[in-house]
Amino acid sequence: MKEPNWALARKRQALTERARIIQEIRNFFIHRGYLEVETPHRIPANAPEAHIDIVASGPWALHTSPELAMKRLLAAGYEQLFQLCRVWRESERGQYHLPEFTLLEWYRAGVDYHALMTECMELFFVLVPEGKLSRQGRMIDLSMPWQQLTVSEAFSRYAPMSLQSSLTADRFEEVLTGEVEPHLGKLQPTFLTEYPTSLAALARTKPGEPLVAERFELYIDGLEVANAFSELTDPHEQRSRFDAAEETRRASGKAPYPLPEKFLTELITMPEAAGIALGLDRLIMLLTDSDSIDDVVAFTPDDL
Amino acid sequence: MYSCADLKKGIKLMIDNEPHVIVQFDFTKPGKGQALYKCKLRNMITGSLFDRTYRSGESFEPASLEERDMQYLYRDETGYVFMDQKTYEQTSISEEVLGDDHYFLVDNMEVKVLLHNERGIGVTLPNFVNLRVTQSDPWVKGDTAAGNNKPATVESGYTLQVPSFVEQGSLIQIDTRTGEYVTRVKE
Repeated sequence: MKEPNWALARKRQALTERARIIQEIRNFFIHRGYLEVETPHRIPANAPEAHIDIVASGPWALHTSPELAMKRLLAAGYEQLFQLCRVWRESERGQYHLPEFTLLEWYRAGVDYHALMTECMELFFVLVPEGKLSRQGRMIDLSMPWQQLTVSEAFSRYAPMSLQSSLTADRFEEVLTGEVEPHLGKLQPTFLTEYPTSLAALARTKPGEPLVAERFELYIDGLEVANAFSELTDPHEQRSRFDAAEETRRASGKAPYPLPEKFLTELITMPEAAGIALGLDRLIMLLTDSDSIDDVVAFTPDDL
Repeated sequence: MYSCADLKKGIKLMIDNEPHVIVQFDFTKPGKGQALYKCKLRNMITGSLFDRTYRSGESFEPASLEERDMQYLYRDETGYVFMDQKTYEQTSISEEVLGDDHYFLVDNMEVKVLLHNERGIGVTLPNFVNLRVTQSDPWVKGDTAAGNNKPATVESGYTLQVPSFVEQGSLIQIDTRTGEYVTRVKE
């Protein structure tokens, strides 16, 4: 009695829905005049991040995000771009993490991060026309506008310590994931905004507020779905942010990474722009009421 | 030594000189932030459970425990009783200390018993066990989709999801590492 692999067979509904969502996303962006692009997965240098480890591929690396290539296209005069692609991040594995996962990134010249909040809402309006998301028996109301909360407000509302004390005590992630995130996006989606500049290496700072970056994260049902910036376009500032990330890596005993020199050279011609990375697998989890990222991909590393 | 990347359910570590096993594991990481490794640990000697969160860069001493081939005999008021088939020595392990592993013990099954100071404190199960379905709703006529599932309870009291074509009384194979259904077993 040889049975087909049931663990795979039972994913048919989620995989069918996944294919449909991807088509809808393509239609949404193409209809709005975005150009779909494909950029190399294997590259000589990623943007150095203090807490993202690369997967090496010979002397080069697999990309952790298509961000740098997308911005070089912006700098060359392409104004509206999107990409759906696989990215790799070493050793990230959990209920909501895969070391190889799919990102949807889109970039738009001439706008700031507020325009991307609107576009997130409009994308969901197309993907979920009924305007409600059922999550484990609860309803999340998708009608616009969605809640906006600054990181500082969210900490004072939900955490036992302020944002500033959590940063000073090096407990930001612990308090964010343990105390704050579980409350975000429960009744309606939440944009968590205005991150400390030290936590937004590629984002522009707010006019007159050098310590606050124009960055937001979209949360739905406690899950981080998308990360967006008003892009930093100052090459000198960008280089010193990269140096700071490298310094954090060195201080924690990790190897520094090579710098993306071509990106830094061409950044000078990049127009004002905003960009966003949305975790496609997590989006599909939300839209299929799935509890684990494993349920919305055909194969996980453990299945291979 | 283990690093954080090695942590997962079932890994055994020495903490304060006592062996512990990870019974629940969560990896959390804000996209741009530091990774946190949240573990529920069971002290393998006392059975007590507690939570601990680790960060990248920490390292752990693996718990190297003596293993002895033994046969599972039966359950009594002391717990689950195992016997060394060469020396006829017996050891009993409480349900508390065994944790969920007790669901996968079948009479006369050969397992590796983990020893600490000559006392049994856990077992290493075979990767697959066969257990009989004692309760499951009947197959709904017309439900032919290969991917459909339903809950089922097996003879040990363990409940899991199985394909809708699995009937009450069927013998099924379960992967003891994940606790998930693999296939029906021909008798």
